[in-house]
Amino acid sequence: MSTFEPTLLARINKPDSQSLETYRRDGGYEGFKKALGMAPVDVINQVKDSGLRGRGGAGFPTGLKWTFLPKDHPGPIYLAINADESEPATFNNRILMEQDPHQVLEGIAISCYAIKSKKAYIYLRYEYGRSYRALKKAIEECYAAGLFGQNIHGTGFDLDVVLHRGAAAYICGEETGLIESLEGKRAWPRIKPPFPAIEGLFRKPTIVNNIETMACVKQILDRGADWFKSMGVPPDPSNPRDAGSYGPKLYCISGHVNKPGCVELPMGITARQLIDEHGGGVWKGRNAKAVVPGGISMGFLSASELDTPLDFNGPGKVGCLGLGTAAITVIDDHTSMVDVLFNCARFFAHESCGQCTPCREGTAWMHKILARIRMGEGQSRDLDLLNEVASSMGIIPGTTICGLSDGAAWPIKNAIKKFRSEFEEYIQTGRKTVKPSDALMEVH
Amino acid sequence: MGVLSEELRDQIRAQFPNYPNKRAVVLPALHLVQDAQRHVSIEAVREIAELLELHPSEVHDTMTFYQFFKDEKHKLGKHRVWVCRSISCMLRGGEELLQHMCEKLHVHPGQTSADGKVTMEFAECLGACDGAPCILVDDEAHMNITPEKADELLKSL
Ligand SMILES: Cc1cc2nc3c(=O)[nH]c(=O)nc-3n(C[C@H](O)[C@H](O)[C@H](O)COP(=O)(O)O)c2cc1C
Ligand code: SF4
Ligand code: FES
Repeated sequence: MSTFEPTLLARINKPDSQSLETYRRDGGYEGFKKALGMAPVDVINQVKDSGLRGRGGAGFPTGLKWTFLPKDHPGPIYLAINADESEPATFNNRILMEQDPHQVLEGIAISCYAIKSKKAYIYLRYEYGRSYRALKKAIEECYAAGLFGQNIHGTGFDLDVVLHRGAAAYICGEETGLIESLEGKRAWPRIKPPFPAIEGLFRKPTIVNNIETMACVKQILDRGADWFKSMGVPPDPSNPRDAGSYGPKLYCISGHVNKPGCVELPMGITARQLIDEHGGGVWKGRNAKAVVPGGISMGFLSASELDTPLDFNGPGKVGCLGLGTAAITVIDDHTSMVDVLFNCARFFAHESCGQCTPCREGTAWMHKILARIRMGEGQSRDLDLLNEVASSMGIIPGTTICGLSDGAAWPIKNAIKKFRSEFEEYIQTGRKTVKPSDALMEVH
Repeated sequence: MGVLSEELRDQIRAQFPNYPNKRAVVLPALHLVQDAQRHVSIEAVREIAELLELHPSEVHDTMTFYQFFKDEKHKLGKHRVWVCRSISCMLRGGEELLQHMCEKLHVHPGQTSADGKVTMEFAECLGACDGAPCILVDDEAHMNITPEKADELLKSL
């Protein structure tokens, strides 16, 4: 690992890394220039050949998604960039936008050219004020330098990039919730199909991609598809649906480690390596009891599963929902899984958009049941009840419109399966946890 | 002349060219109004609707979906301070921090300090988990916050 050279994070923490001047000095916008000299379809093919899969959580192959756009559409076609980054434990998009906004913008410009879009919207979560200011300044620099606007470099290609701020709601990260929100409505996800590539923003063909995906596109144009494919993990022959996990990935490390942070590594590193080699080990000399593999929606790895490779295929093999955002949260062996699961359930109850009954009611009930277990009023059969509620909600059982509910169900199902004895003991020994802050948050 | 100044109206109108229709300007308009007036009154909702050629209920529907926007009964103080309560912060003392700050200001989340300076709130993951526990002051994240640092921050507002 020591020989790995970061590319996505190469410019992070360098002096004045946000400015167009330093970005250009480092070879910035050469990839965009290269793309402008190519046919759009060749740009798409290069991204396809790289094996790049979306970094926003679902891992859909990026080049393939782009080919779903209708052929010879008169336009407009939109690129909607998902910068809502709200999955708990995830912060890699923030680091890219705050510290190297031009890398992201160059990826956006290349992608727009490839999909023949003249307009990109960046849907940015409101809380990222620093990202907002960095991107705003960088966009202004691009217009002033003729990189955005009309007839860029005399090629006849026009591009506008608009920054749009959200309003603190997790569901705006779901791609059709994002689209509804951008249209000025409540962020109620849409029933799919139609998928956004056919009918998306303002009812026009739309590609939704994540910020890190955009940074990867820029690097692929610079360094080639083979470079991207030289890193990571090839498809698992035992899983016909695995499209491989190539390229570098930004892994976030938080929770009970000595050195929380974001590191760039070839895909396929294990949770244990992240903790020990990059996170400074578990804090206070303790051991990890559980690790969230990619945002809380993905469930939990138990202590015996820490050697699971964090590629698109690995976490699923040990019962997690998937790789998600590749953001790990380390939970030490002094922490109660009851507290952890209560925290997860409270999050989803707060963030469900309320549109589908199984999700609205299910997340509320799971939160209530866990609150009562935590307060010492639980019964053993509550665990089966939790499982039953969790199993009845989501896209997987087919009862809801979006994946928030699958993500709400997964930590519950995983925790009860992997840590059942801890929950049973907690209930049977009559333990109670009441924090003074609980009451404060009830009032809200 | 309503509750929206001509300047605010101009700022809202300046957003029109960014979008193919005016409805998409609802969120930008709500942000502009709340930033300036520390809440969005029902009269402001009506005036936004008129500018955007919408029914007031459409603006109101969007506004109330995002608990971020506050009506006249829940006016914000000069600053808004959010304490993260999600997993990575909870594991490193985020909830205790929330309690400490609320006690310091004698408020519950959602309430504003008596001097009108700070509205305290809890937040879900602020995307700054590398600096847990963290807080957001207006839209700037502050990381690795101890009770002492929190006190200093509050004093500086
Ligand atoms: C509840 C929910 C929340 C999501 N939040 C985000 C998010 O904050 N950022 C993101 O990029 N994708 C998020 N996604 C995934 C998006 O729906 C979408 O797959 C992604 O933005 C596509 O970009 P990509 O292909 O580049 O990954 C979320 C999905 C769900 C179901
Ligand atoms: S699954 Fe939940 S969050 Fe998704 S649309 Fe339905 S109610 Fe909303
Ligand atoms: S959990 Fe607090 S910032 Fe992410």
